[in-house]
Amino acid sequence: MNLTRRQVLLLLPAAAAAWEFVKAGTPDQAPNYNMDEHWWGMLLDITKCIGCGSCVRACATENDVPDGYFRTWVEQYHREDWHIEAPVVSSPDGGKNGFPPGKVAGGKNFFVPKMCNHCVDSPCTQVCPVGATYHTADGVVLVDYEYCLGCRYCIQACPYGCRFFHPTKHTADKCTLCYHRISKGLTTACCENCPTGARQLADLKNPKDPIHEFLKTHTVQVLKPHLATGSKMFYNGLDGSVR
Amino acid sequence: MEGFMYPNEVELQWSVLIVLYPFLTGLVAGAFILASLERVFRVEEVKPTYRLALLTALAFLIVAPMPLQLHLGHPERSLEMYLTPHRASAMAMFGFVYMWYLMAVLLLEIWLDYRRDIVLMAQASTGAKRLLYKLLSLGSDNISEGALRVDDRAGWIITLIGIPSAFMLHGYVGFIFGSVKANPWWSTPLMPVVFLFSAMVSGIALVLLMYMVTSLLRRAPIDMRCLDTIAKYLFYTFVIDFTMEMLDLIHRIYEADESFRSLDFMVHTRLFLSQIVLQIFVGTLAPLALLALTQLMKFPEIVRKRMYAVAATLTIIGIFAMRWNVVIGGQLFSKSFLGYTTYKLEFITREGLLPAIVLMILPFFILYVLIKVLPPWHGENTGATPAETD
Repeated sequence: MNLTRRQVLLLLPAAAAAWEFVKAGTPDQAPNYNMDEHWWGMLLDITKCIGCGSCVRACATENDVPDGYFRTWVEQYHREDWHIEAPVVSSPDGGKNGFPPGKVAGGKNFFVPKMCNHCVDSPCTQVCPVGATYHTADGVVLVDYEYCLGCRYCIQACPYGCRFFHPTKHTADKCTLCYHRISKGLTTACCENCPTGARQLADLKNPKDPIHEFLKTHTVQVLKPHLATGSKMFYNGLDGSVR
Repeated sequence: MEGFMYPNEVELQWSVLIVLYPFLTGLVAGAFILASLERVFRVEEVKPTYRLALLTALAFLIVAPMPLQLHLGHPERSLEMYLTPHRASAMAMFGFVYMWYLMAVLLLEIWLDYRRDIVLMAQASTGAKRLLYKLLSLGSDNISEGALRVDDRAGWIITLIGIPSAFMLHGYVGFIFGSVKANPWWSTPLMPVVFLFSAMVSGIALVLLMYMVTSLLRRAPIDMRCLDTIAKYLFYTFVIDFTMEMLDLIHRIYEADESFRSLDFMVHTRLFLSQIVLQIFVGTLAPLALLALTQLMKFPEIVRKRMYAVAATLTIIGIFAMRWNVVIGGQLFSKSFLGYTTYKLEFITREGLLPAIVLMILPFFILYVLIKVLPPWHGENTGATPAETD
């Protein structure tokens, strides 16, 4: 086929746009991934979460999460004035379909996205009788579905309610931090689909990751710090009423 | 559901089968500790129940892991706990405690105690029965005085090892719950202690009842000295158990930490019947009052028998309620302390009421078989004189 200079000039921008698209959908090959170079966590910015539920839907689709169970979910908080110990919380269907418009006037209202905290000192891995749930070298807590007995001790041990008993696999299940994606250079499904950037995957071993600057300049907290689980889910703007 | 639960918490993970498991192991540990009283501490009065207690412990120990096995999502992988145990896991280590207790303590002690009878029964019987006893003797048919002395000595040492093993068996069950820091209903260092003493209470009560029932069935007279002594031990152990439980309760009420309001509400609503009514009033205060009365006043024999029987039955109901309140109660509230769920007990399902009932009856059936094969009453069915070695 003979192409004129004019045709090439017309095709080039289209090809460039198509190449960008291909690159976005084609992750790096896993053999390039070195576990020791990463230490994964996440930044969850409560001031940015609008409770749309995109993250919950994206997670369910990406990871084939059965209905009624959640690898991630969003909670809606309402607290009156100084009643910090008695917030009103709801999470209809894990916030998968968003939330109805608020009816309660006054007080403080906000959304809290939740997921596995990928704790460094995770109570769930500690109690597993066969070590079927374990830490990867890059700081992710995973479950070996071929090995899990289904005793559910880990579900009891998780203080955050992040684990569930998979109804068809008959094993424990939870967020994998989209390990199949992050180990190929992509971000997690929930981060990718958050329209406001309330969730940001963070590589704590990467000195260029913006998380370091963020952690230095913001008031950041983890959930239930008194349990000393070494959570790597960092919340910006976390209210004291959040459990 | 009431209030707010984390979405994955709505489903309860540990069912009535997991209630059965500490209940059954508790009966084992308690029965064994009662048996060891005679063997190690020379409490001669409880001698008539020694062998019965050992066989009861064995029957319940055989059934104890069955509810766990039924509960597992992948029961076919359960052996992995022994092959590739995770050393940080209390549950994995419990598997070894269980095996140690079954193989090294209970089976060995029973075998040593019965060896003389087994050899005599093999000699006195024919056919399949003879073969069975030959097999049970494991080819060790020397019942000379010297050999029996060795049996006795070895049995004594095993019982000595068996007491801390029995303590560990049930203390460990308590630790499995007590070490879950995510759950304030469970997380207390008192849990293993409370489990241990409640185990002793339930085991002693069970042996007391079994002794009365088997005597009745055999139309044999009940040794009142034995019964009074067991009742006395039941009372003392129960007082310690109740003190520990009250200490835990008072500590929680006084400290009133972040979980208290939630747990307090649960006890006054969803657990009111099983905790306040069944566990504390019916299952603890009533039997304690009955037993205290028998210690303080002199009642005729027949009255004492009835009081003991009622007290022991109520005790077992109370301890079962305690296991229920720990296991099920610990899952009824949200770890956010903002809501509550309910437990719906199904009937004919894998983890329903029917398998639970079958698993409760099974130990009695096994005990019946064990009693038939190894009669615990001295000199019966064996043509032998009472064994002097036990």
